[in-house]
Amino acid sequence: MVVGIDLGSRTIKVAAVEGGRLVALQIAESGYDPHRQSLEMIKEYHPARIIATGYGRHLAKRHFADEVITEIKAHALGARHFFPECRTIVDVGGQDTKVIALDESGRVLNFQMNDKCAAGTGRFLEIMASSLGYGLSEFGAEALNGKGDVRISNMCTVFAESEVISLKNHGTLPADIARAVHLSVIERLIAMLARVGYGDTIVFTGGVAKNPAAVNLLQERLDIRILVPEPPDIVGALGAALHGEANSASGITSAGG
Amino acid sequence: MSPTQFEIKSYPDMWESLGMNVERFEKMRCVLGDVYQTTFLAQEDRPQRMDYFNWIISEIHGGRIREILDAKKEGRPVVGTFCVYVPEELVLAANGICIGLCGGSQGPVPDAEKTLPRNICPMVKSAYGFKVAKVCPYFQSVDFVYGETTCDAKKKTWELLNREVPTYVMEIPQMKRERDKTLWLEEVQDFKAQMENVTGKTITTEAVTGAIKTMNNKRKALQRLNRLQHHNPSPISGKDVLLIEQIAFYDDPVRFAEKVNLLCDELDERVKKGISVAPSTAPRVLISGTPMAMPNWKAHNLVEKAGGVVVNDESCIGTRYFKDLMDENMTDLDSQLRALTDRYMKIDCSCFTPNDDRVDQVLKEYSDSGAQGILHYSLQFCHTYNIEAIKIKEACEKEGIPFLAIESDYSPEDIGQMQTRIEAFLEQIKGLRK
Repeated sequence: MVVGIDLGSRTIKVAAVEGGRLVALQIAESGYDPHRQSLEMIKEYHPARIIATGYGRHLAKRHFADEVITEIKAHALGARHFFPECRTIVDVGGQDTKVIALDESGRVLNFQMNDKCAAGTGRFLEIMASSLGYGLSEFGAEALNGKGDVRISNMCTVFAESEVISLKNHGTLPADIARAVHLSVIERLIAMLARVGYGDTIVFTGGVAKNPAAVNLLQERLDIRILVPEPPDIVGALGAALHGEANSASGITSAGG
Repeated sequence: MSPTQFEIKSYPDMWESLGMNVERFEKMRCVLGDVYQTTFLAQEDRPQRMDYFNWIISEIHGGRIREILDAKKEGRPVVGTFCVYVPEELVLAANGICIGLCGGSQGPVPDAEKTLPRNICPMVKSAYGFKVAKVCPYFQSVDFVYGETTCDAKKKTWELLNREVPTYVMEIPQMKRERDKTLWLEEVQDFKAQMENVTGKTITTEAVTGAIKTMNNKRKALQRLNRLQHHNPSPISGKDVLLIEQIAFYDDPVRFAEKVNLLCDELDERVKKGISVAPSTAPRVLISGTPMAMPNWKAHNLVEKAGGVVVNDESCIGTRYFKDLMDENMTDLDSQLRALTDRYMKIDCSCFTPNDDRVDQVLKEYSDSGAQGILHYSLQFCHTYNIEAIKIKEACEKEGIPFLAIESDYSPEDIGQMQTRIEAFLEQIKGLRK
């Protein structure tokens, strides 16, 4: 058994694989001590190897992981496991948004990541939800009920929050504001997709892919098929585990991937 | 490597006499020393003749400043510049010292932001901050600054900088038509007149010939280093080459060329013996874009920490500074000034439109250096390089060259994100090789 662990900014994901099959998975909040949290999560497995990815990958390498790969490579491997033909991946996590283009054999051709602020990420949606008084899961559901073309033009999280507050005080319906917030994230994503290029289907991963409004709006705006793995936030951890299994078979153990 | 802690030498009395903020500068000196230790001295299998450059860094705020102050006592002019368009040959011909002033550190940025807008290039903010905070001994030693109009942030900041130190501005045309070259020639003539004004002596043909030779020798030495850097496996790290390229802007040009050539002799030996700083399988990266002023070592450091090796710098700190040489056999001043104009017009800075020569140059250096990917590095708010990156990217797509564009400033806060991008880029290069 090989374990892949994805130490993200908001959650830690663990995937265990055996013979190329996902046999166990766990998802938990990162908390204040991601190192301890990770150990807690992996203690029930006795893997031959542990491969870390995500924001905390180097922390994991210092303490318990055998090897690290980047989120880009991990998502490429994980997404192809669910959808073997996949050529374009969109991943929206807590802190990062990325778009990855693959060639037909699954090699990374090109990728884009968001700038250094939280705009267009899961964290952005979370802050806007709380500003409107929604829990994260009802936020997406409520946005589906929204209508119209109210726009949030500011992508800076701080300014966008003031914009949301001013819309509220103008009497705009919360559902319409919720839709506007989602639209602003999706439009930013589409600009990144345009830079990288995309085919006729897109695999949507990361925590934000659980949000029905985000998926619907992306599909609606691009008018192409959006595929969401289940669960969408395990893809990075799974990719890390698959990398570990493939490379232990050929005996490769390089630090950079 | 010596086990003793590296130290940048302290000269508080000299700094005091230069009107510096000594207490604050003392702290910056210690930080720089620590960073230098971990970034450079901790490298394995470093060429031995990097010792000279270690020494230069240890004397960066002392020994070299002393030399400059001694030269000033002899009446030699000291000119500060911020751009490779300002013809160094004319400073040398006037028996002057040309110092490429830096602005590569986050430290004085908050000082600049007390006056300047926040959303302009970090290099301009850093440079201006160094002057107003009085924490750069070079800035305190120059007789005047010769600025230029390459970008909006610079040309407007010179107006403010002129309140702190005499600042002359050379107009750099933004296109390369005949009439632009005429303007540029007049600007070069004005620069010569300014140097003559300061010294009270006429610049002679012989003096310009001597200066051309000195600069050619310095540029040839850097070209030689650049060719050795291309060797696979690399006999020297990209970080060390960057450091030498940065030192080129303030060291004595004759001594510098001699020391670079001595280092190159050692590198030739290393190539023969197969001694390298990275295995031949390490991903080879060409870095292109905005210049990296000392101590901006961020991108090179991240690439090499992740197991890659930087094999070429296509920037004003790199090849753009030394790729073009000059004829040493001209017999009249008029031809020399024209030749200077032509030589400097070949520099392919993104402030020009169009600037497609640069795209070809990047591709040429990519193939010459045996690189396997191009990392385009642009400082934040450097609009011309940021936009021009699109053309480089398109050219790379056409040629099937892995390409990554990064926009960054001097603050450490985006290091985590840059590291992820750079590691993923190296994975991409390795993946495509299979």
